[in-house]
Amino acid sequence: MIDLTHLQRLEAEAIHIFREVVAEAENPAMLYSIGKDSAVLLHVARKAFHPAPPPFPLVHVDTTWKFKAMYDFRARMAAESGMELIVHTNEEGVKQGIGPFTHGSSVHTDIMKTVALKQALDKYKFDAAFGGARRDEEKSRAKERIFSFRTAAHRWDPKNQRPELWKLYNARKAPGESIRVFPLSNWTELDIWQYIHLEAIPIVPLYYAAPRPVIERDGTLIMIDDFDRIALHEGEEVQERTVRFRTLGCWPLTGAVESEATTLPEIIQEMLLTTTSERQGRMIDHDSAASMEKKKQEGYF
Amino acid sequence: MAHRSDMIAEDILGYLKAHETKSLLRFITCGSVDDGKSTLIGRLLYESKMIFEDQLAALEADSRRVGTQGQEIDFALLVDGLAAEREQGITIDVAYRFFSTDRRKFIVADTPGHEQYTRNMATGASTADVAILMIDARKGILTQTRRHSFIVSLLGIRHVVLAINKLDLVGYDRAVHDGIVEAYAEFAKPLDFASVTPIPMSALRGDNIIEKSARTPWYAGPTLMAYLETVEVADGAQDGPFRLPVQWVNRPDLDFRGFAGTIAGGSVRPGDRVKALPSAKESTVRAIVAMDGDLPEAVAGQSVTLTLEDEIDISRGDVLCALDAPAPAADQFQAHILWMNEQEMLPGRTYLMKTGAATAQATVAAPKYAIDVNTMEHLAAKTLALNEIGVCNLNLDRTIAFDPYAENRDMGGFILIDRLSNETVGVGMIDFALRRASNIHRQALAVDKDARAELKGQRPAMLWFTGLSGSGKSTIANALERELHAMGRHTALLDGDNVRHGLNKDLGFTDADRVENIRRVSEVGKLMVEAGLIVLVSFISPFRSERRMARQMMAEGEFVEVHVDTPLEVAEARDVKGLYAKARRGEIRNFTGIDSPYEPPEAPEIRLATTDQTPEQAAEHLLAFLRENGYLA
Repeated sequence: MIDLTHLQRLEAEAIHIFREVVAEAENPAMLYSIGKDSAVLLHVARKAFHPAPPPFPLVHVDTTWKFKAMYDFRARMAAESGMELIVHTNEEGVKQGIGPFTHGSSVHTDIMKTVALKQALDKYKFDAAFGGARRDEEKSRAKERIFSFRTAAHRWDPKNQRPELWKLYNARKAPGESIRVFPLSNWTELDIWQYIHLEAIPIVPLYYAAPRPVIERDGTLIMIDDFDRIALHEGEEVQERTVRFRTLGCWPLTGAVESEATTLPEIIQEMLLTTTSERQGRMIDHDSAASMEKKKQEGYF
Repeated sequence: MAHRSDMIAEDILGYLKAHETKSLLRFITCGSVDDGKSTLIGRLLYESKMIFEDQLAALEADSRRVGTQGQEIDFALLVDGLAAEREQGITIDVAYRFFSTDRRKFIVADTPGHEQYTRNMATGASTADVAILMIDARKGILTQTRRHSFIVSLLGIRHVVLAINKLDLVGYDRAVHDGIVEAYAEFAKPLDFASVTPIPMSALRGDNIIEKSARTPWYAGPTLMAYLETVEVADGAQDGPFRLPVQWVNRPDLDFRGFAGTIAGGSVRPGDRVKALPSAKESTVRAIVAMDGDLPEAVAGQSVTLTLEDEIDISRGDVLCALDAPAPAADQFQAHILWMNEQEMLPGRTYLMKTGAATAQATVAAPKYAIDVNTMEHLAAKTLALNEIGVCNLNLDRTIAFDPYAENRDMGGFILIDRLSNETVGVGMIDFALRRASNIHRQALAVDKDARAELKGQRPAMLWFTGLSGSGKSTIANALERELHAMGRHTALLDGDNVRHGLNKDLGFTDADRVENIRRVSEVGKLMVEAGLIVLVSFISPFRSERRMARQMMAEGEFVEVHVDTPLEVAEARDVKGLYAKARRGEIRNFTGIDSPYEPPEAPEIRLATTDQTPEQAAEHLLAFLRENGYLA
């Protein structure tokens, strides 16, 4: 008799999901965001198909505004995993000069992330895309299936989801339709960190506290990753502070937190003692109570 | 209590070590909005410190705006996720919630309680170890309590908490509590739960949720949280025989062949003898391959990759089993089915059936009976509509390995998928096989008539229905085909009138044309028999010679002549199409029986009199003949 721990059971479930998709989909891909959830997703994928590399490419939807450290890390993980890396950017958006400072978070996210993601899926004709979303992140995600069906226009219909019983997933779809698959659906933020700790999974150094140049804007600490791309407002002053990130995205949209946590146990400790949820560092969720649900219906992951 | 421990601050490494070994409990909450189910879950999240300050601020704002608790926090708002639900105040889908304490991690399936959401409840129950049945103390056991209990038991949940809620509204009266407990015990007897644990509580006030309530001094049992933290739910899967449904064959190069899947039962070690089903080939486990080094043992619930000592042919959908306790394999089952689609089940239609990693085509027969989810009574039923549960037979196009659902959820649960819409339209639980597959050890065969017939589990044949116009040939042939189809047999029906609209539309009713008519139909029928089908030919075919010609084209035993022997006066009296009247008036020439002869068969395989039996009875006779003569292996 072996008593499986909760992490062993979550890992087994995720591996099962990976294999099921690869067996049933024609052209799967993994959406790789370089963050900690992606790190766990990639690690579990490698376990699922060992000794072969995962039989699908990594796809990074690049808004061109990620932290430099993320780009370095991306190259390293692609090389280590032996997987093909596909980077897609919405060139139309680049031509129009779309960016978080000039157009605001909502337009930037829509054009450079949501639209770009749909472009990438259409361009490479992926019929299944793995993502690292978790049900504990947000209310509407709590009701999303693990195999989340999308129309040919990438829309999600929360009222018309397929029943998911036991470990049986229905991956059938008509040509042009696709599924988003979330192997980490049942993990929580603590599970993710604990698994990273136990399995010694490499993560972007930005998660660890270090002295970094920051400004304070609208109550949020913004780390200046590229001095050429930010115009300081009147009265703003670049300071060096010891900060880290609880979540990673486009650097102008990702708030840093002041922290002394330089090891994983310290990060977990800080997380457990903290009193705000992780998505608070992200700026897209605050618009309205139902904003994520609306974004998801439109094709945002 | 959750993460409250001072250890986090003082000894994070010790804390993490302790949390590594936490187990996982999945449970479902059943009840309607009125019972305080969402309030209970909201409170569990709140009390286990899974709500952060920013979420709490949003919750307080929402509570004042749309809450139902005045200035108090409305915990229900925490869990009613979708915008539509928040507006309407109802829960319409399954939502999953997570919280953990120092002892366990919990996954809660929060499902709606109304009858029209039976499917959502079954979905949540399919992965749960424990069910919490919410009961409003003021109302006692209701129809919906019975419904929820039945579904929970049907899905194989063995442990039930009877959450007797809103006790504050009955003055924490012990007699109310005891009355409900007694009534439930009586009702739940046939449901065969391993344990039923009543807990008196008020989710709104927090009585007996985390801490023992001073207001129920008469209650000596555990609080809800204490129960959830300690209930033993070993599902026995590890104790059963080894089962590995093969999900994926891992072949990165010629030297490595691994069989990947999630162990559905028992355990496995290198050196174990295994049998692959349905091929029945045997081998020995060489290694349990993993990224961090091979494993000495793996158990039910783990996702593994096995290598074997022998090169045997195994593909996705096969099941590796313990050699000394292999799973049965069959292609016909009785199962409980819960229908999940707006479009009702169509008996006789072929659906895709997915169980484990195997997908087969399955024809569902009309229900033996449906079950009233509120009373558990058996009802006569021709089909199953959305949210209805029934017991049906299924015929598969292939043999699969399985275990009854009661013994192994992963080996006996299945979903039904509509082949056109790709929707999951039903789910089922295998009760037992109707008969063992007789021919597990199959020889590799060239694809010929026999091979095709073998695949279909039938002997191909041409049933030649001959008789006067209006004798009932087509009606009986139709009835027979419906029966065969419902049994999952592969058939084709060539009907005289229909063929004359297409293939033979250039032919008239002269004797020469009649002969050519029969020759063409015989050739087409022969091709269909080559394809392995049971072909039903319904033609007047009045001349012995042409029927003999057709017989001679077929192999021995493939031609079955069926004389639908209806006397002319009876057929003429029926005159369904009004043709006899026309022929009598001279409007139709060469009409068989009137001005063209009919030559009755001298030695047909079957003669059917139609004056003393219905077409259905006649079809039954034919079916019996086919069975007795080995056409339906």
